[in-house]
Parts: sequence; C-alpha cells; structure tokens
Amino acid sequence: MDSKKGLFDEHKSLHKLQHYLPAQAALKDFVHHNTLHAFQHLTFFEGINKASQTFGFQVTLSLDEYRSMYQSKRILEDILEKSITDKKGESAINAWKEILLHKNYETQITSRVGQLRANWKDQYGINLDKITSPFLFRFLASYLDQGIAIRNFPIPNKSFLSAVREIEQNSIVSFFKTPRAKKLLLDEKQTLENLLHLVVGDETYFEQYLFDQQFAHPGLSGFIGVVEIQPETLLDRRIISLHDFIFFELLLEIDALDEKFGETWKPLALNLSEIPAKLFDTIHETELFEVLTIWQNAFEWSYYDDVLCGIKSIKQVDKQLPKSFQAAFCIDDREYSLRRYVENIDPKSETFGTPGFFGVEFYFQPENGKFLTKACPAPVTPKFLIKEGNRKKGIKTDVHYNKRAHAPIQGWLISQTLGFSSAFKLFFNIFKPSVTPATALSFQHMDKHSQLTIENENETFDGLQVGFTIEEMALRVGNTLKSIGLVKDFSPIVYLVGHGASSVNNTHYAGYDCGACCGRPGAVNARVFSFMANHKKVREILNSEGIAIPEATQFIGSMHDTTRDEIEFYDEDLLSANNATLHLENVKKFLHALDLNAKERSRRFETIDTKMSLKKVHERVKRRSVSLFEPRPELNHATNAMCIVGRGSLTKGIFLDRRPFMNSYDYRVDQEGKYLLNILNAAAPVCGGINLEYYFSRVDTEKLGAGTKLPHNVIGLYAVSNGVDGDLRPGLPAQMIEVHDPIRLLFIIEHLPEVVLKTIQTNKSTYEWFINEWVHLVVKNPEDNNLYLFKEGKFINYQPLKSELPVVSNIETYIETYQENIPVLLTN
Amino acid sequence: MENILHIFLLLPLLGFVLSLLVPKEKESLLSNIAFYVVGGNLILGIALVIFWLINGHPTLNITDISIYQNPHYNFFIDFYFDKISAVYFLVGAFLTFLVTVYSRYYLHRESGYKRFFNTMLFFYFGYNITILSGNFETLFIGWEILGISSFLLISFYRERYLPVRNAIKVFTIYRIGDLGIILAMWMMHHLWHENVTFLKLTNYELVHEHLASHSWVGVFISLMILIAAAAKSAQLPFTAWLPRAMEGPTPSSAIFYGSLSVHIGAFLLLRTFPFWEHQHSVRIIIVILGLSTAIIASLIARVQSSIKGQVAYASAAQIGIIFIEIALGFEKLALIHFAGNAFLRTYQLLVSPSVVTYLIREQFYNFKPHTDDVVENSLSKKLKNSLYMLSIKEWYLDKIIFSIFLGPLKGLRTQLNFLTLKNLLYFFIPVYLVGFYFSYINPPFSETVKTYLATAIGFTALLMVLKAYNERKNYRLAWLLIIMAHLFIDLAINFNEHFEGFETFLYMSGVIVCGVLGYYILYRLRAAENKNVGFDQFYGLVHKHPKFALIFLISCLGLAGFPITPTFLGEDVILTHVEQNQFLLAFFIANIFVLNGITLIRIYARIFLGPHPKTFQTKSDLTS
Repeated sequence: MDSKKGLFDEHKSLHKLQHYLPAQAALKDFVHHNTLHAFQHLTFFEGINKASQTFGFQVTLSLDEYRSMYQSKRILEDILEKSITDKKGESAINAWKEILLHKNYETQITSRVGQLRANWKDQYGINLDKITSPFLFRFLASYLDQGIAIRNFPIPNKSFLSAVREIEQNSIVSFFKTPRAKKLLLDEKQTLENLLHLVVGDETYFEQYLFDQQFAHPGLSGFIGVVEIQPETLLDRRIISLHDFIFFELLLEIDALDEKFGETWKPLALNLSEIPAKLFDTIHETELFEVLTIWQNAFEWSYYDDVLCGIKSIKQVDKQLPKSFQAAFCIDDREYSLRRYVENIDPKSETFGTPGFFGVEFYFQPENGKFLTKACPAPVTPKFLIKEGNRKKGIKTDVHYNKRAHAPIQGWLISQTLGFSSAFKLFFNIFKPSVTPATALSFQHMDKHSQLTIENENETFDGLQVGFTIEEMALRVGNTLKSIGLVKDFSPIVYLVGHGASSVNNTHYAGYDCGACCGRPGAVNARVFSFMANHKKVREILNSEGIAIPEATQFIGSMHDTTRDEIEFYDEDLLSANNATLHLENVKKFLHALDLNAKERSRRFETIDTKMSLKKVHERVKRRSVSLFEPRPELNHATNAMCIVGRGSLTKGIFLDRRPFMNSYDYRVDQEGKYLLNILNAAAPVCGGINLEYYFSRVDTEKLGAGTKLPHNVIGLYAVSNGVDGDLRPGLPAQMIEVHDPIRLLFIIEHLPEVVLKTIQTNKSTYEWFINEWVHLVVKNPEDNNLYLFKEGKFINYQPLKSELPVVSNIETYIETYQENIPVLLTN
Repeated sequence: MENILHIFLLLPLLGFVLSLLVPKEKESLLSNIAFYVVGGNLILGIALVIFWLINGHPTLNITDISIYQNPHYNFFIDFYFDKISAVYFLVGAFLTFLVTVYSRYYLHRESGYKRFFNTMLFFYFGYNITILSGNFETLFIGWEILGISSFLLISFYRERYLPVRNAIKVFTIYRIGDLGIILAMWMMHHLWHENVTFLKLTNYELVHEHLASHSWVGVFISLMILIAAAAKSAQLPFTAWLPRAMEGPTPSSAIFYGSLSVHIGAFLLLRTFPFWEHQHSVRIIIVILGLSTAIIASLIARVQSSIKGQVAYASAAQIGIIFIEIALGFEKLALIHFAGNAFLRTYQLLVSPSVVTYLIREQFYNFKPHTDDVVENSLSKKLKNSLYMLSIKEWYLDKIIFSIFLGPLKGLRTQLNFLTLKNLLYFFIPVYLVGFYFSYINPPFSETVKTYLATAIGFTALLMVLKAYNERKNYRLAWLLIIMAHLFIDLAINFNEHFEGFETFLYMSGVIVCGVLGYYILYRLRAAENKNVGFDQFYGLVHKHPKFALIFLISCLGLAGFPITPTFLGEDVILTHVEQNQFLLAFFIANIFVLNGITLIRIYARIFLGPHPKTFQTKSDLTS
C-alpha cells in the first residue's frame, strides 16, 4: 500500500476522540458539566466557534431571537452600544448597529465532521450507517443493559471483544454475512490499525475517519467512553473500551462492504474525489459570528448590569444580635428563594449557602443496599463510608413493573387480571395522582428513623474507613464553618438543610437532586455534619482553634424537597428541652416560607393559578411531583445566571428571582483567600458546569441537548433514545431548558481584587474558567465599595450603566403577574 | 336505540373538524374539544351499553344511506352493534379518554400540540367506524383512516429522520394488509353478489349454502382476511413494525401500538369468525400463526433492552394468543384478553420512563453478581447463544418482509427504465387515446380479445406504478405515472366489462382533481425552491411551506383513493367489474391500489418531512 506510515498513533487518537465525545454518565449518576469541555482551553467565543464549525453545533441563540429580544427591550440599547464599542470601537456604533439589526445572513451551519465518510455515499453509493447502526445499537444496548431484558447477555463477565468472539465461535448465527469479517474477528492478533488500512487505506485519514464514524452516533460512543473510564457508573459492570467498540464497528462496515462489492473494493481514502477539510484546521471568524458575539455579550450584560447596579446601590448592614436561628443551605439556585423567605419571615434569622455536601465526603450505603453511593461532588474520591441501619420503612414494589408480564404464559394470566387493575391505576393516577413505588422520592433515599454509623470504631469495609475519627470530623466541621464565615455568634439551633427532589416518570431524576452530592439527595450529609458538629470532642478541638460553639447550641440536619417544597428534620429527639420549644416555633416559620416558595415557583406553571390561596397552590405544586403526565415537575436550575460569593448582606434587599447560586463567605475571616480558593475550586466547575450545560442544551436542543422528552425510550436503564432505533441522547431534555436564558454565569465575589486575583491564579484548571471567560467575574471591593470586572487577566473598574432599580414593597403580589423572568428589583 | 350509534361517529368527526379550525396557540381549547368529545362518547357509550344489556343485548344492524347503486351493485354504509363492538367500543373510549386527559398536560408547549389532537380525534373517528361497521365497505373506510392517522402519529416528529422513515415502513406494512382486504372484498362480492353485511355472515345456513359449491373461494377470502389481520396486529411475519412505531410522544404510542390500533386485526377475525368457522384448515392456520407469533415474539421480547421495544413484542405475543383463542372459538375469553392486554400495555407504556427509578432501585437492593456458567455442554451453550443472537436480530423478520414483498419491486428498477417522461408523453398517451377511442366510442373487438386486452392494459398500469414506486429523481414523472395508471385501469375495466360513464366519472373525478392539484403544488414548489426539490432524500419542506404540505397531502390521499373523494367508491366499483376467475387482473388492480398508496405517501414524506438543514436545529416554535 502506498500510504504514509507512522502518521497514526492509535492511543493518542482514541484519547483525543474520547475527549471530544459527550461525557455523560448513566442516568442514575446524572452530573452537570460543560457540554463543550473539550474546547475549554480556548476562550469562550473561540471555543464555541470552533466547536460549531467542526461539529456543526448551534452555539448561540439565532440572530432572529436576539433581534426579537432587542425589540422587546430585553436587550437594552445602551448595553448593545457598549458591546459594539468593546469589540469594534466607538466610531463603529452606527454602522454596526445597522448590521446587527438588519443585515441578512445565510445562517445554515455546516460541519467538518462527516465530510470524509460522506464519500461512501457519494463515491460508492452505499449508506453504511443505515446498514450497520440498527444492529450495532441494539447489540451494544443488550451488552450494556442493566436490567430491562429478561434474558441477560449470555457472556456477562468478559470484556466486550472476547465476548463477541466467544459468541461468534459458539453460535450458529453469525454476526456477519460474509467470511472475511468473521475471519478478522476471530484472529486475535488483528489490530485496529490493520482494519483501518482495509477500510480507509491512507493513514493520513485514520483519525479523521474515526471521528466521522463515531460522531455519526455520538451518544452511544460517548457513553462507551465514559464506561471505559468510570465502569462504576454501571452497577452491573461491563468491560468495554472505545477501542473494542470501534474494532467491532469496523468489522460490521467491512462486512457490509464485502456483501455489496465482494472483497475487492478500494479503501475509502484511495477513492476521494476531493480532499475533505481537515477536522481541526484553523477556524476563521466569520462576520456572522462576530455579530452573534456582540449580541450575546449585549444579552448577558443587559441582565448583569442590573444586578451590579443593585449591588452597588445598597448599603451592607450586618445582622443584629442575637440571632433567632441559623440555617446553612446548599449553594443551589433553587435554595436562594427559600432563604429569602426564611429571612423575611424571621428577620432575626440568618441563612448561609455552601455546597450541599457540607464539606463531608463519603460513600453512603443504605441498609440492604448492595452498592455504595457517592455523597460528595463527582470529582472527589472519598475514603469514608457511612452505613445506614435500622431502617423502618421497606422498599415498596409494584407488580406492574414485573417482567414476567412479558413472558407468554404468565403474560396471558397477568394481562387478564392485572390488566384490569392497571386500568384503575391509570384512572386514579390521572385524576388523583399520588405517590407510587415508581416515584423517585427524595425522602426515601435515607429513612428518617434509621441510624447512621458516623463515628469510626476501627471498622473498614472494602478498603473504606467506616465513619470518621474525631480529628477528621473536627477538620471538616471547622473548614466548612470558616468558609461560610460562621465562627461566632451561634444561635441556639443551627440547621443544616440538604436538598433533594421528587418526581415520577422522569428519566432524568438524578439531575434534579443535589449536584454537590453527585446527583443524590443531600439528607445524609446534613445529618452527618450535624452529628459531627454536636460531638463534644469535636467541639473541644474547634474551641482550641478559636471557634467557640456554646454548649446550648445544637445542630440539626434536615432536607428540603425542592419539587414538593417540603422539609424533613432529622434526630429532633436529641434537642434539649429548651431548643425543642424553639424548634417548634422555627418549624412553623420554615413551613410558611415553603408555602411562599411554592407560590413563587408556581407562577411558571401553566396548570396552577398563582392567585389561589397559599395552601391550595402548595397542594397543586406537590401534586405535580407525583403526576405521571407532568413532564416538568419542577424547573430545576433553569434561569441560573450568577454565583455570588460573599456575605448575606451583599445582596440583602435585592430581589434576584431564583437566579443566583449563593455561597456564603466572609472575607474578614479569610484575609488570604485560603477558603476562597476551596470555594472557587468547587463552585467554578460545579456552578459553571450546570450553567453551561443549560446554555448549550438550550441553544442546540437537538445536537447538544436531548430534544423533547416525550418520545424518549429508556435504553438499558442507563440512557434514553428516541424510539427503538435511535442513538442515545445525552444532554438535557427540552422540557428542562426551555425557559432558560442562555447566558454565562457571573461570579460576584466580595473581597479585595488583588486577593481574588492571586487566589484564582493558584489553581490552573480553576483559572481557566475565568481567564477564558467561560464564566464572568466581578469583584466587589469591601474597602472602596467599587466593582471590578475581570478582563484579560486584570481587574478594571466597572461602572453600571443603569443608575437605579425599581423598588417594590410587596413582592408576594408582585410576582403573581409575571410568568417570565422577573427583572432585578429592590425590596423594602 | 339504533340511531344513537351515529352519535359515536358524528361526535368525533365534529371534534376533528372543530379542532382543525382552532388556532394552534389555543392549547386548552384544543384539549377541551378532545376532552368533551371523547368524554361524551364514553359516558353516552356506557349509558347505551347498560340500556342495551337491560334490553337483552340484541344485535343491532343499521343500514344507512346507499352511496351508489345500480342494478347489480349497491354500495351502502352499514353499522352493527353486538358484544364484540360493545367491548371494543368501551375499551377504546375509556383509553382514548384517559390518554386525552394525560396528553393535555404532557404535551404542553410541544410544537405539534394541535397536530396531536387533530390526529388523535381523526384516529378515534376511524376506530369507531371500524368497530361499529356492518359491512366490509364501511369497515374499509375506518381501516384506511386508521392507516393514515398511524402514519401521521408515527411521523409526529417530522423534522427527524427516523420517525419519518419508520412511519413509511409501518404504512407500507399496513398497505400489504390492505391488499388482503381489497382482494377479500372483491371475492366476497362475487360470492354473494352484493355487499354482504356482517349480520348475514352470522347466518350459518346462508354462509354454508354460498360456500358449498366454492370451497376454495371461502379459503381464499379467509386467507386474505388473515393477511389483513396479521399485518394490522403485528403477527408473523410482520411483527417487527410494532416496536418501530414507537416514535411519537409516549401517550400516542401507548394508545395506538400498545392497545387500540394493534388489536384491530383481532377485531377483524372476531367479526368474520362466522364466515370461516367451518373452514377447519383456516382455523388450523390461524392457530399455527398465533402460536408461532406468541413464541417468537416472546423470545424477542426477552432480549429487548429498550423498554418500549419490550412492551411492543410482549404485546404482539399476547395478540398471538388472542388469535389462537379466536380460532378455537373462545370468543369471550378473547374479548377479556383483548381488554386486559390493552389496559396493561397502555399503562406499561405510559409509566415506561419510571422503570429507570424502579428497576435501578431494585437492582441496587437485590443485585446478585453473575456467576460464570458452569462448564455447560457445548451444544446447549451453542443453542443458547444462537437463540440469543437470533432474537437480537429479530429473527430476520425485517429481511423476510423485504425479500417477500419489497425486494422484487426494487429488483425491477432497471427493467423499467424505458418508462421515461418522453415515452410517457409520446407513446403511452397516444396509446391511451387510441384505447379510449376503441373502448368508449367504437369497440371493434370480440369479448375474448377484450378480456385479454384488459389484462394486458392492467399489467401496463401496474408497470407504471412500479416505475413510480422505484423512481427517485423525477417526482413529476412519478406523479404523472400514477395518474396514467389510473387512466389505464379505467381503460382496462372498460374493455373487460361495460363500465358506465357515471362510474368512470366517479372513479376519475378524484383522480383528476387531486392529480391536477398535486401537480400544481409540485410546480409551485419547484419554482419556490429554485428547482432544488426531488425525492432522492428527505427535504423537510413542511416548515417552510406548511400550506403546500397540507394541500399536497390531501392530493396524495385523494389520488391514492382514500375515502375522501369519490375515487374511493370508484375503486370498489371497479373491482365488481373484475370477474371471479380473473385472478390476474384482480391481483394487478389490487396491487396498483396498494402500491399507489405507498408511493404517494413516500413522495409526500420525502418532499415535506424529514430533517431540513435550517429548521432542524432551531425549532423556535418550541421556545418562543
């Protein structure tokens, strides 16, 4: 063969491929991340432009959408002019405004990926994907299946290729229709490179061919890539690699080609009519993309400017003493509105925000559970295990999910008996929805009355230490308290409020739970932290470090269900008599706040009239969470736009809808930025990841999002696809993102700019988020009260264009009339 | 009591028409129409059935208007109500009602909200016609509506490739079933010399008397009915279409392919049971068919790793058992089984997204690690693996269908190249004119020659349709070929027997109107798109030209002889002019009708449906 040798490095190419493929784990481990993480080494606009031209993604809103937002004044004129000035200079304003508003462009998106492989169709007249993918998808789904099929894959414990070989040798039915592919499979010395020589022919194109081939079904390939690196995402593990998968796919292609042309066809690269564009060649910025960039910036700053105006215009006042109670919530944007209501109902209370695993990282094993679940952010690998015991409530079952209904004889009996009961079930589920065994209920994750093994007694399990030692506890409690600035003035009760979500008929349920707990409800962490902070010996150590927690102060774990707006408290029986009385009062306040929170959320729900009585609205909100026919039990992180790191007083009195992530932080406790670094190391990828996943799923619902969820079909319990023949669909379903405004996250940090600069530069991967502008960063300097915008490595003074915000006195009635995003307001 | 039956048809029809008129932003108005129409039907239906039961459940037969009549032929609409209709009616109304309520929330903000409720009401209308029909002609009207509404619901996500491709696939199988019905109707007519009602079929003596001298005719009719039933109810070898139909929103999959639509084949068997009750060979064939479907579909269901595929195959297996029950004469059991299976599968599909939560939890608490098989004897291992592979490959069902029915058609592609636009214009049109002259104006031939000529012309018409089916580039040629084929059929029949001018008018009216209309749309479209339209791929122009798409769809349906123009009637009349012994001609004509439908729907799909490079990604109607 006359191909050039040594141009193809299999290992490197596969690694690269894996990096670019979607990286979504199984449904049960749904964790948000930047969909285009592979482009994060470039600046935001460079990166998304490259992604768009390479893979054909839509990466911003459409020109029409921006223009119509300008018409409806959601993009403001002065901001647009500023956005033009930033990019084109002040003199260009008029000319560019004309372009932005009126010039016509060809908006069709083209992609480089797929161009090489398109030659099969153009030059050979064969549609390879149409021949290979139905079987390929079905077979892989069966191999990876976690429990839908009744008959499992016959060779469960072997790696993919060896299993395929074994079946081929031990079956009358072959994978292939022609002899050559079969021979190649059974020859164990065969390499991927050899197969590529047969199919592609010219090494120059091997890598490009692999990209073309795998991006014909990015969902499946991406998932296999994930299983290769994190096999634990499948409880019933499988040994598979992209290499094995591609090897198999190439064989199917050879088989299809042999069947059509005999064994004499010429490799693809030797038959090209024109040289296809190189996948990763330089990208040119088009004028259209410049236009979109200016629009996107104007869109983002039209909102940010209001927020910054608010922050600049209020005076920060510290809370009065004594505080009635304190509560730490998750950083999650869904907790912000609840915190707002709690502090409004009881102005003497104080709330905090921190990632919802509360700084305690461990695996959790529910009683009778055969596996461990991670209860901390996904990148962390804990060394500890918390076990549940003495569970009171068992797991309920439902015969309607019984697989025996699919067998002929039992099915015959079942359909004549259970069939009729399912008619009733369906009837009641539609007219009077209630909790069923199929509901993903947040409070079920851990039984309220169960016991947890939290203190280590030299027990280990599977290489993990069961529970924490006193020192380990003190370290974690101290770190968390210091990071949120709660080191003095403790109230009698401090609540730790984790969160989870409840829904039914929702394949993406894990994405609704706490992201800081790896897509699980955060109840266990709240309980574990409280136990630690209540521990006498832990308090002694903390005392020696300067955190004096009064003896009367008690920590109580609890969990907020963000879908149902309900709360559950744990270990209330440990409260002292005095605190128990206080607790009863506090519970009432929480419940009232939850009612109000439900009402605020309900304004987005078509089926609920927000003006009904509080109780009724709340009832309806709860009903959504158990209704089979409700594709939007809650709206999750939709509309998230900011991450605020500072004291509560920084935003007190500003109404920010439900759009900020809030991490409490007191710069006075952390002059050097040590805790700030920890906060940002977590918040940038977690909140930034959530934000960007929403962003990309929203701007390209079809290729980067999962599309509408209505036709989704569950594949093997680990993913969804459309219908039975489709590729897997990673990303977020349209129902989760449709109300989201795709803008990047704005970090607002309260500290001295020089400290912040030094802090973010400490960790390279965290710094990448800021310097490449995948998130924005503004610092409020508590000394001069000015705002500083981080741009190209420096902080520059930012003066909001807007000088005042509307003031609203009664927010409760104000929201009733709004279904869209509520503008930034001042309350009082 | 009889007259109330009409309400069950008129109400859905009224709802369907109303729902077409509502603007698509008015979600609640749309769903309210469906809610009250179907809900009203359900309540009235329950009342009727109670009343009917109290009155000793008599069998009702209402002969409605005669649509067309001549001395030897009477096309009349007829309705019928007995316990089979009662069960199908109640189950249908109940499930449609539940799914209506379910969908009004579930589809909220979906861009096809209106389309969904339109199609659903249309489907419900067709379902009720089918199950309340009193003769084959009436049944066939409903049957065709079910087919077309199925196509529309499967291709609900019309901007994606797979739904559209699968919709065409399913429609093709349905048309193969239609072939059975058309031929059965043809033969029935000659057997009874009238459009026989189902009521008459229950009269044993009468049936026996008619069949006594023509036992092979009876077997032929029964087998044609069986083909129709098997295609519609996903029995072997057609089973593989059922999972592929699960492309629409989950509730529509649930009601169509989980329950109602897929049990219509069983209904047809129940309805015609008295006719083939005494043909033991047919009953044995049905039992064998049902049994093999039950076994093979179950084997395939066992290895399905997608939840909807699993429910689909499991449902097909149960319907196989229902077929057995019907063939063995256990009518009541079959009805109970139908209702139970319909409820169960609807429910299983509606809750199918919940399996993730439920089964993952079950796995979490009950998982047992796999043990490697103890050294098994190699033969049993081999069998096990082979069975597994065979089931994963769905027993090659797709391939079998392809090679039996579609392969031969595609094989003719190159042979038909002589049918070019030029030949059509300069050869076949003159031929037609000559033929027209000899058949209508001045017939010179003897009767024998004329019958042979009829067959030959029929064959030419078939070739034209085959060419149209295989044509991938020139859609105008395809369109003209289909019109020409209709003209040639008309010619053939006229040679065959005397075909009255009015009958020609009846038959050709729809063809001409729709043919011209459709051609005009194609012409306009070509101009609007700068000649960049073809049907070598999916062009997805529906978003850009929604009005053209609608008018063109109607033209296609009209040209294909769907019950919206007199052509539908004409097609039926035509078959009465083909004699009982003219198998070949009947076969040609039936095939032409069937292939026309497939070809036209495919032309529509390729021009208007599928991914369009611009609209595919943005879909602003969902978000604005």
